[in-house]
Amino acid sequence: MYEKDGEKYFVVDGHAHFWDASPENWVPGQEQYAKGWIECFHAYQSLGPPATHWPMEQFQKYSEDMMMRHLFDEGHVDVAIFQPTYLKQWYRNGFNTTEANAALAEKYPGKFIVNTRWDPRDGDEGLQELADNVARWGCKGVKLYTAEWRGDSRGWSLKSPEAARYLEKCQELGVKNIHVHKGPTIWPLDKDAFDVADVDFAATNFPELNFIVEHVGLPRIDDFCYMATQEPNVYAGLSVVVGALMHARPRFFARVMGELMFWVGEDKMVFGADYAIWEPRWQVEGFVDWNMPTDDQFSDYAQLTTQAKKKMLGLNAARLYDIKVPAELDLPVPAGPEGAEPLVAPSSI
Amino acid sequence: MSSTLTDQAARLTAAAWSALHQVRDPELDEAVTDLGFVAGCRVSDSGEAVVRLRLPTYFCAPNFAFLMVADAFDAVAAVFGVHRTEVVLEDHFASNEINGGIAARAGFVQSFDGQAVAELDELRADFLRKAVMAGTDRVCRPLLAAGATADELAGLTLGATPASADRERLRSRRAELGLPAGDGDPLLVDPATGAAIGAHALPLHLRRARTTRVSVDANAGVCRGLLRERYPNLRSTESEEKGR
Repeated sequence: MYEKDGEKYFVVDGHAHFWDASPENWVPGQEQYAKGWIECFHAYQSLGPPATHWPMEQFQKYSEDMMMRHLFDEGHVDVAIFQPTYLKQWYRNGFNTTEANAALAEKYPGKFIVNTRWDPRDGDEGLQELADNVARWGCKGVKLYTAEWRGDSRGWSLKSPEAARYLEKCQELGVKNIHVHKGPTIWPLDKDAFDVADVDFAATNFPELNFIVEHVGLPRIDDFCYMATQEPNVYAGLSVVVGALMHARPRFFARVMGELMFWVGEDKMVFGADYAIWEPRWQVEGFVDWNMPTDDQFSDYAQLTTQAKKKMLGLNAARLYDIKVPAELDLPVPAGPEGAEPLVAPSSI
Repeated sequence: MSSTLTDQAARLTAAAWSALHQVRDPELDEAVTDLGFVAGCRVSDSGEAVVRLRLPTYFCAPNFAFLMVADAFDAVAAVFGVHRTEVVLEDHFASNEINGGIAARAGFVQSFDGQAVAELDELRADFLRKAVMAGTDRVCRPLLAAGATADELAGLTLGATPASADRERLRSRRAELGLPAGDGDPLLVDPATGAAIGAHALPLHLRRARTTRVSVDANAGVCRGLLRERYPNLRSTESEEKGR
């Protein structure tokens, strides 16, 4: 919980990791990729305030104590949602697995929500593993990374029939929140790997599932916006938006927030700190303090109200994950996107 | 270092830098030189050019990287007096495939055997259309701020639009796509069809133009930040290589 100027904010970090990218965990022969991956993450951290930058060694592998302190003691987070990223082709025990996350969640009851993942290239075995993970840890969400390498394959699409089988399974198992993270590769490589059209396709075919597009589809914020405005079950994951832009590029941050408010709306935007890329503290505090600039260039963007910030920082995610919010932290009348009309009729886009 | 260059080498090197200034990141629609993606460019007095390119991350999308390397090769190879060109993409997961493919003058499909099914023309055209939308916002925003109405914008031709670098940039992207780009053509056209945007469709068109520009600008901002972190001595390297 974060309190500022008499307002109390229930904080859900919608995007947290407990990873191991230390050299001991690199797969022999794949070291360059394992190293390249964590160096890329580390470069993103540099876009946050200098006082929050970590040395590489700590960034590769951080302790449980440190994570608990950064998230809950200092970071104002009430509940964090683990989003696993396996990358077993590069990291021997995986980069950030359901098991590693769940071990922490079991140790600190009530602090974490354990999401799992799937990969349509895993076939029937993967479907079984998904069912097992859901049975064991009660997962209500999955994190999908479409750019994951597997043998010679450089990724997959949510449009594939194999992916549809997994989405059907999610529906059957009550896994209703599908977090999608796009990366730089896909099959085939000549297509734009960041294209969100496959999320659109899946969201239309599976209206009972929620699709949270992580990093608001960055670098395809525009395509994401046009899709999200037409699909009632598509949400904006704000991780990276806050972390990479609010401090480093405040004017761009304002514009991106303005666009998201216009096309997506405050009921469908979900905060995520993306720990350990960025610590939540400066993001939560900065976001609560943040206001849309008032100069002319921003005059056609809406201001963010305290209510909107409360929704984005925690209440929207709490609704998606059925997290009980203490009455004093909730809004008087909980709002939801269910009754909201698309801002622009689909036929006109 | 530039003091050791002969006059001929210095002249050719400068010409090669100028040529590289015409090469754009197709995703960001900015010159690779302005983005800091050119780590080095040197032409010997016998006309052998070596260009080194670098990107913000090890995992930047390989298709866009391939386009930039290929375009850089074509631009430098076309410089009068350059007889041999080598372009090397450094510190990238697909450096071998891309550098080998460009050196062999192979296409994308051949360079990424089994991983690609088509060349990159469609990808390039998609992003040129985004560049047209973002450019539309750049040109129209000042006009709207000055009080232009939707009807006035819908009636405006390119030639009647106040002259500016942004207008010429928009014109050039439209021409590249084969869209109408003459002085008598409308300022506002559909980037897919070239059809004029009528006053009724204009508010949404301008909204989308603005969103596209925000998306591209935010992306470019992140890329610049990541590149600076990856190559902290960026600026000094650039100026040294350019001899400025």
